[in-house]
Amino acid sequence: MPLDAALPSPRQLAARLGEGLDRTLLALVGALTLIGLATLYSASYGAPERVSAQLANLAVALAAMWIAARIPPQTLMRFAAPAYLAGLALLVAVALFGDVANGARRWLDVGVARFQPSEIMKLALPMMLAWYFHRREGTLRLADYAVAAVLAALPVALIARQPDLGTALLVATAGFYVIFFAGIGWKVLTGLALAGLAVLPLLWGLLHDYQRRRVLTLLDPTLDPLGAGYHTIQSTIAVGSGGITGKGWLQGTQTHLEFIPERHTDFIFAVFSEEFGLVGNLVLLALYTALIARGLVIAANAATFFARLLAASITLMFFTYAFVNMGMVSGILPVVGVPLPFVSYGGTALATLFIGVGILMSVQRHRKLVQT
Amino acid sequence: MRGAELRNHERELHRFQVRVGIAGVMVLVAFALLAVRFFHLQVVQHATYAAKADENRISIVPIAPNRGLILDRNGVVLARNYSAYTLEIFPDRVKDLEATIEALAELIEIQPKDRARFRKLLAETRNAESLPIRTRLTDEEVARFTANRFRFPGVEIKARLFRQYPYGELASHVIGYIGRITARDQERLAELGVEANYRGTDFIGKSGIEASYQHELHGVTGFEQVEIDAAGRGIRTLARTPAQPGNNVTLTLDIRLQQVAEAAFGERRGALVALEPSSGAVLALVSRPGFDPNLFVDGIDPQSWAELNNSPDRPLTNRAIAGVYPPGSTFKPFMALAALELGKRTPRSAIHDPGYFIFGERRFRDSKPGGHGYVDLYKSIVVSSDTFYYQLANDMGIEAIAGFMAKLGLGSRSGIDLEGEAAGVLPSPEWKMKRFRRPEQQRWYPGETISIGIGQGYNAYTPIQLAAAVAAIAANGDMYRPHLVSHIDNLRTGERRHLEPVLARRLAVRAENIEFIKRAMAGVNQEGTGARAFAGAEYTSGGKTGTAQVVGMKQGEKYDEKRIAERLRDHSLFIAFAPLESPRIALMVIVENGGFGARAAAPIARTVLDYYLLGKLPPALQAAEDDWPNEGPD
Repeated sequence: MPLDAALPSPRQLAARLGEGLDRTLLALVGALTLIGLATLYSASYGAPERVSAQLANLAVALAAMWIAARIPPQTLMRFAAPAYLAGLALLVAVALFGDVANGARRWLDVGVARFQPSEIMKLALPMMLAWYFHRREGTLRLADYAVAAVLAALPVALIARQPDLGTALLVATAGFYVIFFAGIGWKVLTGLALAGLAVLPLLWGLLHDYQRRRVLTLLDPTLDPLGAGYHTIQSTIAVGSGGITGKGWLQGTQTHLEFIPERHTDFIFAVFSEEFGLVGNLVLLALYTALIARGLVIAANAATFFARLLAASITLMFFTYAFVNMGMVSGILPVVGVPLPFVSYGGTALATLFIGVGILMSVQRHRKLVQT
Repeated sequence: MRGAELRNHERELHRFQVRVGIAGVMVLVAFALLAVRFFHLQVVQHATYAAKADENRISIVPIAPNRGLILDRNGVVLARNYSAYTLEIFPDRVKDLEATIEALAELIEIQPKDRARFRKLLAETRNAESLPIRTRLTDEEVARFTANRFRFPGVEIKARLFRQYPYGELASHVIGYIGRITARDQERLAELGVEANYRGTDFIGKSGIEASYQHELHGVTGFEQVEIDAAGRGIRTLARTPAQPGNNVTLTLDIRLQQVAEAAFGERRGALVALEPSSGAVLALVSRPGFDPNLFVDGIDPQSWAELNNSPDRPLTNRAIAGVYPPGSTFKPFMALAALELGKRTPRSAIHDPGYFIFGERRFRDSKPGGHGYVDLYKSIVVSSDTFYYQLANDMGIEAIAGFMAKLGLGSRSGIDLEGEAAGVLPSPEWKMKRFRRPEQQRWYPGETISIGIGQGYNAYTPIQLAAAVAAIAANGDMYRPHLVSHIDNLRTGERRHLEPVLARRLAVRAENIEFIKRAMAGVNQEGTGARAFAGAEYTSGGKTGTAQVVGMKQGEKYDEKRIAERLRDHSLFIAFAPLESPRIALMVIVENGGFGARAAAPIARTVLDYYLLGKLPPALQAAEDDWPNEGPD
């Protein structure tokens, strides 16, 4: 390298910074993020601090993505088991010493701040399972799927016990995706699904009162007019009244008369839907579809079994978030605390999502390095 | 073999790609489902929902319930509500906050501390609709603002209920205070799944009974369906589900006794816990200095907060449950009981006390230079011989001491119904192992056991633990969990729920041994170190004085010669119960830097017992008798 290259021009610098970042993913995520900021501005009408706070979150999340995109899957694989074990240990620590915030034990106080170890598991569990299957590649038997199921069940059970049913379901789904992509047989899958249906009444008995109330509220929103039912009633009205083209940016009456609770976070889709209508919704769905398609293509072309499984399950995690959130806001799924990916306000979720994108980029970048 | 594995690889790759295809189709199906739902809502039913949104002029307005009262055991109100007008700003609706406040200040007096408090609230509160700039407006001020209301969009007068603590500083650590719901409180409420019931509630218990019985005191939020105009203003009420007021919480505490006790402290720092031995009911719980909980009610202004928070006297700490002190010689009756139970001493065991105890090359000195001469177990308590207990501790060993004291509840939380209780330190080799890092510090040295025997060394207990231990002696070994609440009343149903005393444990000690300790403690007040303070008492009592060395200064405290001299003085302690035959009260007093136990703490105990058993008021309070604030619920 010639010496005068030591001081790169801004253009070179940008090129070097952008090196290895998948343009398609970047464009799609960028579009979603911009939609998020615009909607957030409308939702926090008159209080732009929230938008600037989200911009700060975004800066952190982008940095995390940039770093993740630079870690080769080979290296990532070495962190899989330690990350999983650390996550598990933290969950046990929460169960033993966690802050009981009036009945729910999910926080761990680490001096500076309290944090939820369950968040780590959203990425650590798929990594662990992908690593496990990778090691057994070519010799996978039914017993391996059983081991994987146990590996997934441990954190899920610990999170469900906290109790945090929403996160437990999300982590369980992430685990299921890896097992599914690893190739578990259809017969086993069907058998499990039937068995699952059979234990459903049993699960009902294990639910906490407030969790049951949430499910019942879905069936009849008027049961809880001040709580979850109110959310569903008002968000459905917001979506429906949006019509085909929406009421226009900053014009949503449901939003600005403050009928939509949690309009910055979990219910931000109600704000978007009211102001941009069916057209906006379809654009959003198209963006998510493109993002997921890109992710699945990356997974299909990945170099190793580990990278394939991880990329595919992360991609489907984006799908789960988007589907559950939009389903909840439009009144076909129960109210659970799931953000709309890349759109909802909140730093932790944003960081997790962008690290996921970073891993996808890394898988794409290193697709030709090692061919099995 | 390798070939087979390779084929497996290919098969797995193929299978994976098929599954990716399947996943893609599932995603499309799921999104199509959403699209159908959107189409259904936004096209097919659009007219219905548009009408609903248009008619969505029905706002559900929560009605915050009235907070329950806190009363003392005789029904004296300790925390109540009163209605007052506040001037509130809706930050979202006001363009220029500073200019608005300036303009308001021309109409209504707004002090710098009001502004400071408003800015603090603005920074701390999340999603608040409106925030108070001035509280407790006079009628004249209300009239003046109403006449000028058109000039101030986004500013309104609201009638609000305020919490009031009529006794001010008295029992402030027990009653606690309420404050605005912060983001962290909000999180907790959400995790409990009760956030809906807190819509419309601005305040939550932050400390004391206000915090630990928050959910009893809060009540059930009602709601009102209000028709609103396009700008969101209410026009008329359509339906109303009234709020259910919070429950009234009645304490076991006697506010008169509390007042007598607090007055006895004067300006001195310290703590007092008085328990009913037969139930664990807390009769008085003092932590001095106190603070005025009324300061917190409208949101404390930053200056007062800084004064309370930075004071070296730490008025916000509840010393009775969170202060840890070496027990000094008040530890001796418990040591004596342990010695009898473990067979290390009999009532007739006696030693000669020369005024010191030699261990290895160290000489442990008695507080009385020449010693007490011939000392048996009874006399060891009555005259408080250190030498006797140096030897005893050495004979018993640290494990046996720690094992017995643990049964008395020393070094573990008593379980009182207040938040923020400290555990204290029950010294043992295991404790040292956990507490320290370096191996030479982790070792337990036999010499350390010696000073444990007289309640010094690593011994550190909270006043509530010591009071509970004395109460257990008074109740012949029955240890009740200390509690502050007697019963809870639901005003709507008239139902009264009593909180039954909880027998935490029954000490397995022989009756004659406890009887002996009680007699020795009676001796203290008749002929021993407590005799002066209890001279002429019209009831029998048991007691024990204690003097605890103050080890050193805390880091970061300001150097002030006079103050240091005062703050390095010994703590003065006293434990007592009365009457001897069937004790109705057991207590523990500590006066920080009060010097000898007999000098500062014992007279306070005497004053409290005189009032509780005889109704005798100290002269200073006798005069103020007629000026008591209102009594009875209102």
